[in-house]
Amino acid sequence: MILEQSLRRMAEEARMALERAKSLEEINEIRIRYLGKKGELTRILRGMGAVPPDQRPRVGQAANEVREAIEAAIAARTAAVKEKIKQVRLIEEAIDITLPGTKFGLGHLHPLTQVRRQIENIFLGLGFEIVEGPEVELDYYNFEALNIPKDHPARDMQDTFFVSEEILLRTHTSPVQVRTMERMAGRIPVKVIAPGKVYRRDDDATHSPMFHQVEGLAIDTRITFGDLKGVLQTFAAEMFGPSTRTRFRPSFFPFTEPSAEVDISCVMCGGRGCRVCSYSGWLEILGCGSVHPRVLEMSGYNSEEVTGFAFGMGIERITMLKYGIDDLRLFFDNDLRFLEQF
Amino acid sequence: MRVSLKWLREFVDIEVSPEELAEQLTLAGLAVEAIHCPGKEIQQVFTGRIVKIEPHPNADKLVVCRVSLGAGEPLQIVTGAPNVAEGQVVALAVEGARLNGGLIIKKAKFRGVESSGMLCSWQELGFDAKYIPADQVHGIMVLPPDTPAGMDVKPLLGLDDVILELEVTPNRGDCLSMAGIAREVAAIFNRPFRFPRPQVAELAKNIAGLTQVDILNPELCGRYVARLFTNVRLRPSPLWMQERLRAAGVRPISNIVDITNYVMMELGQPLHAFDFDTLREGRIIVRTAKEGEALVSLDGVTRQLTREMLVIADTAAPVAIAGVMGGLETEVTEKTVNVLLESAHFNPLSIRRTSKALGLRSEASARFEKGVDREGCLLAAARAAQLLGQIQAGDVLTGVVDNYPSRREPVKILLRPARVNYVLGTELATEEISATLTRLHFEVNNAGEELLINVPSYRNDVHQEIDLIEEVARLHGYNKIPGTLPCGVNTLGIRAREGMIADRVKEILVGCGLTEVVTFSFVNPGVFDQFNLPAQSKLREVVKLQNPLSEEHSVMRTWLLPGLVEVLRRNFNRRVMTGAVFEIGRVFYPRANELPEEPLKLAAAGMGEIAGGWNVPGLPVDYYFLKGVLETLQAQIGVNFSFTPEREHPAFHPGRTARVASGEEDLGILGEIHPDVLEKLELPLRVVAFELDFGKIIALAQERKEYEPLPRFPAVQRDLALLVPRNVPAQVVGEIIKQAGGPLLRSVTLFDVYEGEQVKKGFRSLAFSLKFLAGDRTLTVEEVASCIENIAAELVQKAGAEIRGEKIG
Repeated sequence: MILEQSLRRMAEEARMALERAKSLEEINEIRIRYLGKKGELTRILRGMGAVPPDQRPRVGQAANEVREAIEAAIAARTAAVKEKIKQVRLIEEAIDITLPGTKFGLGHLHPLTQVRRQIENIFLGLGFEIVEGPEVELDYYNFEALNIPKDHPARDMQDTFFVSEEILLRTHTSPVQVRTMERMAGRIPVKVIAPGKVYRRDDDATHSPMFHQVEGLAIDTRITFGDLKGVLQTFAAEMFGPSTRTRFRPSFFPFTEPSAEVDISCVMCGGRGCRVCSYSGWLEILGCGSVHPRVLEMSGYNSEEVTGFAFGMGIERITMLKYGIDDLRLFFDNDLRFLEQF
Repeated sequence: MRVSLKWLREFVDIEVSPEELAEQLTLAGLAVEAIHCPGKEIQQVFTGRIVKIEPHPNADKLVVCRVSLGAGEPLQIVTGAPNVAEGQVVALAVEGARLNGGLIIKKAKFRGVESSGMLCSWQELGFDAKYIPADQVHGIMVLPPDTPAGMDVKPLLGLDDVILELEVTPNRGDCLSMAGIAREVAAIFNRPFRFPRPQVAELAKNIAGLTQVDILNPELCGRYVARLFTNVRLRPSPLWMQERLRAAGVRPISNIVDITNYVMMELGQPLHAFDFDTLREGRIIVRTAKEGEALVSLDGVTRQLTREMLVIADTAAPVAIAGVMGGLETEVTEKTVNVLLESAHFNPLSIRRTSKALGLRSEASARFEKGVDREGCLLAAARAAQLLGQIQAGDVLTGVVDNYPSRREPVKILLRPARVNYVLGTELATEEISATLTRLHFEVNNAGEELLINVPSYRNDVHQEIDLIEEVARLHGYNKIPGTLPCGVNTLGIRAREGMIADRVKEILVGCGLTEVVTFSFVNPGVFDQFNLPAQSKLREVVKLQNPLSEEHSVMRTWLLPGLVEVLRRNFNRRVMTGAVFEIGRVFYPRANELPEEPLKLAAAGMGEIAGGWNVPGLPVDYYFLKGVLETLQAQIGVNFSFTPEREHPAFHPGRTARVASGEEDLGILGEIHPDVLEKLELPLRVVAFELDFGKIIALAQERKEYEPLPRFPAVQRDLALLVPRNVPAQVVGEIIKQAGGPLLRSVTLFDVYEGEQVKKGFRSLAFSLKFLAGDRTLTVEEVASCIENIAAELVQKAGAEIRGEKIG
């Protein structure tokens, strides 16, 4: 009986010791003190010899129960202390989440590239292929094959840089129309856009001697002026938002007829009239028209059998409207403080 | 072109507001760029006659005028105008008047004398300086003496008018006149056009026998109509005529000149008035100039003429440059009694060439080169004759000389209504098409299913069916044509391979911290010297512009680098000290008898240090930065770059530059810009750059990627530290390791370079991380050790290296 009392007392002592234990080391000490080879339990059980044999199984069972209870208490206390330590660690590990994150220092695509891609993607979706042509071009492709013979007054519309009498810097991307028609050699359908640099002998706040255009050309058996309108209306809505309205005004280009200039409702004021649209509510964004029969014929198409449309837009103009840029020269000045905004 | 609504109303009734008119003209192809209301602000300004002028009692520079408004007591007005005189009719702003700029006139005392208003200057009534007569620039406006007093000046001076500023496209020469615009307005609004039918009062005396017109070049002068005026009295034209001319943007000069300009503005036919008595033998000969002939034009400049230029001559010499400008010698002056009026038709191309060659453009040449209606010559001459009588500037002789060697062939076009709808995508009825063209004064005749159209003589832009289709579309309204998407065979919207690779490369470069720039394709030829290029350098062979804007932009670039370095310099000058930029663009190599070659280049340049943060160090933009960019690129687009020392390129630092190649193919150069070049550019930072042939890179790019199975056995890693003589390149050491390592050695990575105190002189320490792997088993320690031994032996032998240590990585 004394032995059993000792065991119970020991169990009670161990429980209380564990309650006071604050660290894993203390718990370990307690384990060694009570359950270790030289611990309390062993010491008490050494007195087993004095226990009458018939009682030994009962005492043995009691000893096991005490051991298990202490072990369970140790496990519970260990878990509690570990949790406590973890909680403390988590608090201590708190960082200043307001410090800036690691810098990756990405560069920036030129805004003209970004807008050119948007334009390309819209027309790719409409089934147009992207083609290119030379920037230094023959007079023939830039003018003559576009129904602008030498001495035509329309040449005044585009002040030209010449390399020689017959070679010039292309003044528009339209020569790619002619080159494409030549390459296609009468085959249909033709649906291409041609982005690229163009050059005009002009330099002021609203003109740059170099700028970018995207040309478009479609030729097929049943292409109408209405199709031109539909395609460009789709483009305007994709580029400037679905609420954008378009307006087609008659104009003159020697290589298209009927010819038109396309206005969109002002991106700033929505058409109510503001400084950007000179209080007209409209912004001109491109020129277009049905391909002139003479241009088709000159490039090997039968103008009775096929019709087509063409358009040309300035990428700078569209970029300026999209981002509210007010000075064309910023595009080629390449001030990094400008470029890094895009 | 400036269009006065008052003038326009002589030909057509306008029942809409100026804004609505502008909108409809714009939508019909005559873009209205601005609407001016010149006298918008002016109120309460009347004509007044100065009855008396007395000195101001208290001021030397002021006078006191009594100005009569017709009825009632004359008003007392104080003025300081130097040109004021008794008897003048002036513009008087009475109490409560408003002037240009919003100025309101009140009764006021000037040095003790009361003034009940103000005498106005041209400026105060809002006139542009170019219209002000020279003697009235510094003073008040003086009106013709026969102007009645007490009239509102606004209608008198056209200040109640509205002016539309129109942009006329080059094909519509017929719209460069009030009548031309009025015809359009009449068609747009479906209103009658009042055709001008001038009545001329003629003297009994006939032109016959007094003059003779000979056209020696009928292909250049299709028609020449002459009229003779006599008893000419040169003086200012009446106010109403001056007002109209000013509204049209023309400065009034004298009654005779004003009549010719008036008719040109009204009908579009340029006219010229010669002092008839200065024409030798009173004859007109239209011919091309002879070699060596010259003429002093009306602006006083001596013009050298060539044999291509058409002139008007008398029997001795040229007296005018046909259709471009008259000559000073035959100009109408105060002494002129007899005038020969020219109303002619000249070949547009010839006029254009002459005017271009002489650098001389006039209102007349601008019209002739776009084509004037040769059927309108007589009408214009008659209108001028009528005006001459009307404003009492002289008398008109009976009859005209009409030399018309090249008659206009009527233009008749077959129009298929079905074709109209086919081209436009509309469903217009034949009657609708017919009515539309009739409104534009085309003569429409039914010809079975089709329409036979007779084109009016002034519409020289209409030659074929498509021109008529455009007319129909234009007047019907583009905005009424429904927008559709093309039907027909579907096409694939594809980006070409070149474009895809270029886009990919741009993304990678941006990912590496580079910013894209776009620089001009034309450069200063001085860049070649700036970049130390030798005289025989291929890059100096340039495509030259004949007519550059400036020397700075006079040749096409042969490489991109100078442009990029210039970008860095410009940014540096604006205190932007760090930059890494790139450009993909074409350069231009001349070729004999062919268009230049336009290879695509990829170039980058950088300076400074890409800023780090509080937790990472900054990244210097140096040789290794750009080399790293290229190494990143090669992994992404499947091109292998190799780098070999380049010591010769004069634009680059001889010790910090590499040629970049891929296999046998030379791609370009990477390195630091030579300090001499940077010194010339006054750029005090180191600049690193590369320029590669992007066309070749695109050709070499290998988009195909093949999957390699993941290793099934663990790799073994060993780090190897070596002392290597300084002159042995790291790449050589790496190659030796690779060679010696055998097939088990899968990768060799240099991870540390050190030279300094702990390393003996002439040597540096290189540390490599080696990875060994076998595909079919786990490697044993002995296998790896044997590989390392091999490597070490080779390094010692071939590179003179010492092994500092090896450890298990």
